[in-house]
Amino acid sequence: MTSPLEQKKIKIAGPSVVTANRTWDGIVVYRTAAKSWSADLSEAVIVRNSDEAKALLAESVADDVGAVGAYIAPVQVGDDGKVEPGNLREQIRRTGVTIGQPAQV
Amino acid sequence: MYAYDEIDRTLVNERVSEFRDQVKRRLSGELTEDEFKLLRLQNGVYLQLHAYMFRVAIPYGTLATNQLRALAHVARKYDRGYGHFTTRQNIQFNWIKLAELPDALEDLAKVGIHAMQTSGNNMRNVTSDQWAGVAPGEIEDPRIWSELIRQHTTLHPEFSFLPRKFKIAITASDHDRAAIKIHDIGLRLVKNEKGETGFEVLVGGGLGRTPFIAKTIKHFVHGRDILSYIEAILRVYNQYGRRDNIYKARIKILVHELGIEKFSREVEEEWQHIRNSSLQIDDEVIEDIRSRFTYPAYEKLPHMPDELRQAAADPDFEAWRKNSVAPHKVQGYSIVTISLKPIGKPPGDATAEQMDALADLADIYSFGEIRVGHEQNLALPHVAKRDLPALWKALDKLGLATPNVNLITDIIACPGLDYCSLANARSIPIAQELSRRFANHELANLIGRLHINISGCINACGHHHVGHIGILGVEKNGEEVYQITIGGRADEGAALGTLIGPGVKFDEVADVIEDVVEAYLALRERPEELFMDTVKRLGVEPFKERVYATR
Ligand code: HEM
Ligand code: SF4
Repeated sequence: MTSPLEQKKIKIAGPSVVTANRTWDGIVVYRTAAKSWSADLSEAVIVRNSDEAKALLAESVADDVGAVGAYIAPVQVGDDGKVEPGNLREQIRRTGVTIGQPAQV
Repeated sequence: MYAYDEIDRTLVNERVSEFRDQVKRRLSGELTEDEFKLLRLQNGVYLQLHAYMFRVAIPYGTLATNQLRALAHVARKYDRGYGHFTTRQNIQFNWIKLAELPDALEDLAKVGIHAMQTSGNNMRNVTSDQWAGVAPGEIEDPRIWSELIRQHTTLHPEFSFLPRKFKIAITASDHDRAAIKIHDIGLRLVKNEKGETGFEVLVGGGLGRTPFIAKTIKHFVHGRDILSYIEAILRVYNQYGRRDNIYKARIKILVHELGIEKFSREVEEEWQHIRNSSLQIDDEVIEDIRSRFTYPAYEKLPHMPDELRQAAADPDFEAWRKNSVAPHKVQGYSIVTISLKPIGKPPGDATAEQMDALADLADIYSFGEIRVGHEQNLALPHVAKRDLPALWKALDKLGLATPNVNLITDIIACPGLDYCSLANARSIPIAQELSRRFANHELANLIGRLHINISGCINACGHHHVGHIGILGVEKNGEEVYQITIGGRADEGAALGTLIGPGVKFDEVADVIEDVVEAYLALRERPEELFMDTVKRLGVEPFKERVYATR
């Protein structure tokens, strides 16, 4: 886990979002423009440079009651504006485990 | 079974109400995550990728049926209907909501289950042989001593703030099922020439980034001195931990840096000061604990009942019996291992329905007792041989009779990138694919005893270093890559595996393992030569050649 403190020297390589886990139930959430959290990636604020990323993270970390462990994660934005997670880890966080869960099999 | 006393119960209940209050203050914002984190970790609550994870201790792997039903209840009511048995005699729930955790803890506390000592830099859940108390030829039930150490170290200030977490395992059999050589302290019950019971003490084992096999520090410590001896080890460890940051690491690093001779001299010196103190254990204390472990009223039964003779005609039953049924110390009884490794499913998972049904079966066939082993399987410790055919039929209906215990599909795997926030790569899908490749029972049987261990990062929760075949997931340029080792062992002959070459991609892992296995089948001198023995005889070269020649 990347602690927010380590992210002081934030550098992003492309479009990014801030993601975290919602405090009361732990589900994956993304920071929204309304300064809130949403489970829907399409509602996430997209930042495109380090200053924006830093500001968004600072604001998100301050909302410690809403969600925990906030960090910056890469996304891909398609030509149609559709936002997708930028790596496998974030893909798994968004869509769930890549395996069948026993109780549902 | 073990009967907890009042003090334990009060302690557990107090911890639950304390935690309820802490969660309330966290959710209202009174506590920040930084303040709360340590508190939740002390109660076994981690944050994973998708949710909180809740880890519950199963002391020395012994569960009563009401406890297993309580775990099933937690899985059903607060989680997604299943739990995951780990390599340290714990169970983890993967989808628990923080707001509901105090309720879950309370429900478990009612049956004497708690999550203390499942995380943090303290003395962890003391693990033991899952066949404790029933294995033939055992010196004594090792759980008596596990319990003694548990009582002494639970919440003991000196053991609650160690430089790092600390793990002890105990065995009392020649064959080590508790993997004592990869623990910070490993204890093997032995008798000295006078016939007195004591311990061979091993120290400094552990996996992770810098793996070490534990070394023997003393060949015999009398049972009555074991607490003072452990205390002496911890004092030396703590002392270095405070003096110099370099040693603020696992004890394995300290033992390695000092050398076992110097380390043991320091321990010896410390021990002489405290050996005759109040730490010396009175016989009555041990007797008291001994009396709390109760054993079933076994019947006098024949070695070979008719039921078993008749069932032997069924090849499916025989395949299961040969694979999953082990001798018991009492004639007419068996120990039955229950594979939690059905073909193609995640290793170690059990559904609430399976747990409930298994509790029912344990009530009927195993005097209400279930065991949890470090191989992520369960066991019924007291099954009358005449009941084996009926039990098998019932287990088979539940999907719990896969005859693959100790075979290549009995894979140990950590949660990996599907669940774990520290992971570099996925573990479970690799295990599932391998399980499908070697699904054929005749093939798996032909290969014989072969343990595959998979970890999704260097923390080594899947014990990959000591797998006969070990698979470690790493990340390279944003891609999952797997390093493969062979020749590791976790038992009394513990050894670390050797890397066979460059890492391979996710899609190639199963092919590579197939190549390794084919190489073994071609290279072994006779069918009884096990994989690890072939590797020992020939080294890794021939395997390496086979794998990389065509890649
Ligand atoms: C998914 C949540 C988990 C997390 C975050 C986690 C984290 C860790 C970490 C950080 C370590 C290394 C600590 C150290 O070396 O000092 C570790 C060690 C270990 N974990 Fe886990 N773990 C998780 C799940 C599991 C599971 C499911 C198992 C069993 C299948 C397991 C078994 C172990 C064992 C046996 C070790 C000790 C390895 C050694 O000897 O160094 N863990 N874990
Ligand atoms: S080995 Fe790594 S990936 Fe696997 S559970 Fe442990 S910390 Fe997570």
